[in-house]
Amino acid sequence: MAATAETVEKVQSLSERYKYGFVTDIETDMAPKGLSEDIVRFISAKKNEPEWLLEWRLKAYRHWLEMPEPQWAKVDFPEIDYQDAYYYAAPKMKDQPKSLDEVDPKLLETYEKLGIPLREQEILAGVAVDAVFDSVSVATTFKHKLEEVGVIFCSISEALQEHPELVRKYLGTVVPYADNKHACLNSAVFTDGSFVYIPPGVRCPMELSTYFRINEQNTGQFERTLIIADEGSYVSYLEGCTAPMRDENQLHAAVVELIALKDAEIKYSTVQNWYPGDEDGKGGIYNFVTKRGDCRGDYSKISWTQVETGSAITWKYPSCLLRGDHSVGEFYSIAITNNRQQADTGTKMVHLGRNTKSRIISKGISAGRSQQTYRGLVRMGSKAEGARNYTQCDSLLIGESCGAHTVPYIESKNRSAQVEHEATTSRISEDQLFYCRQRGIPEEDAVALVVNGFCREVLQQLPMEFAVEAQKLVGISLEGSVG
Amino acid sequence: MLEIKNLHATVDDKPIIKGLDLTLKPGEVHAIMGPNGAGKSTLSYILSGRDGYEVTEGEVLFEGKDLLELEPEERAGEGIFLAFQYPVEIPGVPNSTFLKEAVNAVRKYKGEPEIDALAFMKGLRETCAKLGIDKEFLKRSVNTGFSGGEKKRNEMLQLSVLAPKLAILDETDSGLDIDALRTVADGVNAMRSPDRAMLIITHYQRLLDYIVPDHVHVLAGGRIVASGGPELAHKLEAEGYGEFAAKDAA
Repeated sequence: MAATAETVEKVQSLSERYKYGFVTDIETDMAPKGLSEDIVRFISAKKNEPEWLLEWRLKAYRHWLEMPEPQWAKVDFPEIDYQDAYYYAAPKMKDQPKSLDEVDPKLLETYEKLGIPLREQEILAGVAVDAVFDSVSVATTFKHKLEEVGVIFCSISEALQEHPELVRKYLGTVVPYADNKHACLNSAVFTDGSFVYIPPGVRCPMELSTYFRINEQNTGQFERTLIIADEGSYVSYLEGCTAPMRDENQLHAAVVELIALKDAEIKYSTVQNWYPGDEDGKGGIYNFVTKRGDCRGDYSKISWTQVETGSAITWKYPSCLLRGDHSVGEFYSIAITNNRQQADTGTKMVHLGRNTKSRIISKGISAGRSQQTYRGLVRMGSKAEGARNYTQCDSLLIGESCGAHTVPYIESKNRSAQVEHEATTSRISEDQLFYCRQRGIPEEDAVALVVNGFCREVLQQLPMEFAVEAQKLVGISLEGSVG
Repeated sequence: MLEIKNLHATVDDKPIIKGLDLTLKPGEVHAIMGPNGAGKSTLSYILSGRDGYEVTEGEVLFEGKDLLELEPEERAGEGIFLAFQYPVEIPGVPNSTFLKEAVNAVRKYKGEPEIDALAFMKGLRETCAKLGIDKEFLKRSVNTGFSGGEKKRNEMLQLSVLAPKLAILDETDSGLDIDALRTVADGVNAMRSPDRAMLIITHYQRLLDYIVPDHVHVLAGGRIVASGGPELAHKLEAEGYGEFAAKDAA
């Protein structure tokens, strides 16, 4: 059999091996199925929220009813029945846990299966983890150590109780509730997520990390993350995502808002490994996520790095608003699609301030019968004197039945602004595979090696400990070649 | 070590190898010379297991094992190394990473544990020093943007690190200037050992001035048509392949 045909075949058997496809048997506290004003009130009441937030949620809900679905993406799926899902599911617990010892051992077991033993991490890795299990944040490690330097890292529910003024000041200021249909839904029904505040001049002493997991059947996960880096501060944040194997599709409509004030820097890295559905495209997560960073102050910097290997459908454009003069936005992306996965992903760099800079490096790998689109907007505003952008989009194809598309949008209203765009499309060649195999490297490892080489520029952007994980994930995603 | 018996092979249903016999013993260096289209590269690909070459008759035994049953990576694990005529570029994969992957893959095949990363890098730097290769070479992506000479030098580095039982050099001299040729020959000569056999495939005699073979064979029309000592190579250089091409036609 020709090497490529063989690779394609092997790649197609991947989804049967989705490693994280287990379900945790645990009692949950659920709201009735469906979506209505009452459900929005129910969620808000459950979370003991202030009145202004309930009003905001209701405004979002009413607006959402009227809003059309976004249509521009090159993805294809049946209409979502929003009434056929649960909007609130929380593991049953008597009280909020004070420490890990009070957390249900079954939950901790789940995280261990995922490869993030909280206990061990607490002791060894020096990574603070905020674990989101379905809708409620279960345990936040390292909180005390962070408190010493004034960093606030907690669930957004907790932030609403403890620091309502901060949440109120920033929530919805980067992604307004009416931004798009998915963000609007999130604003109405978000149940939890992470909140980070770095005080002026503080360099966050450790990587902050959230692990999301969708467990309950038919639950949408609508987490909301809000990160504020005050003047002159720095934070690096990593989010990782998995979900069990389910036949039906699950909706994940998250919103992430980042705010960098003067001289502040935020580095946000994502390793996304949601269940991608089986080889016929059955099941899998709909990942409709709105992520946006606001470089609000001069000389601020926001950098997005993403490794996207999962989800049946990905609709995601982590973006930067470069408002402050001399602010910098970066987007480094690896997207791997396989079987019948569809991904429409990219970024928006909106240059508003003077001498703003942005850099986009996108690496797309398509295998099986998957379809992948890079969609990117670079906009140079009329006041963006001396603004510069560099974009590089590379696509790698494995097999004959997949597709890769690059759709750049460039708008410039300033004559002094410079925009560069480069794009390439290539294949893993039989020559490369044979060369590796002749040196003793089995075919599936050879594919992983070539793909990792292709992605190297982006992998290098990830924090050290996660780069290793991501590298393995690249191998696993294209596995099936392992015989 | 290697026994090729009555080998027949086709490419796209076209017969290329037509009854080839060849035996290599450990420690021996054999050269195969022949005109273009004689089946020289086909032979190297059949021995290394590349797709697209169909053996229709005959057998190939490597240390008594049926080589043709094995996947390319298994043959590498058994100790067969092919120095490519056109080494392949793998962008973004550093040479050192590639070599470590290859060494560990072969060790895994033999049931040996992975090599310690630090010890491996130390050994690798020593090998580079011995071959006169700059350490920076190890950080560069495999063959990417390499000159012809650098690519061939890289093949020699891989040969030294993997230390196979049988090394096949497929037109390793093509496209090399005299200095690069000498470097390559030094690399090969350093690897000559009583336990290792080498098969040098070449069109020209000049490489054999630097790597003196024990046996020289002429491959024409898919068969070995003449065998002899190093003097046969000189004869070919002086008289050309005309005589053998005519024989094949007859």
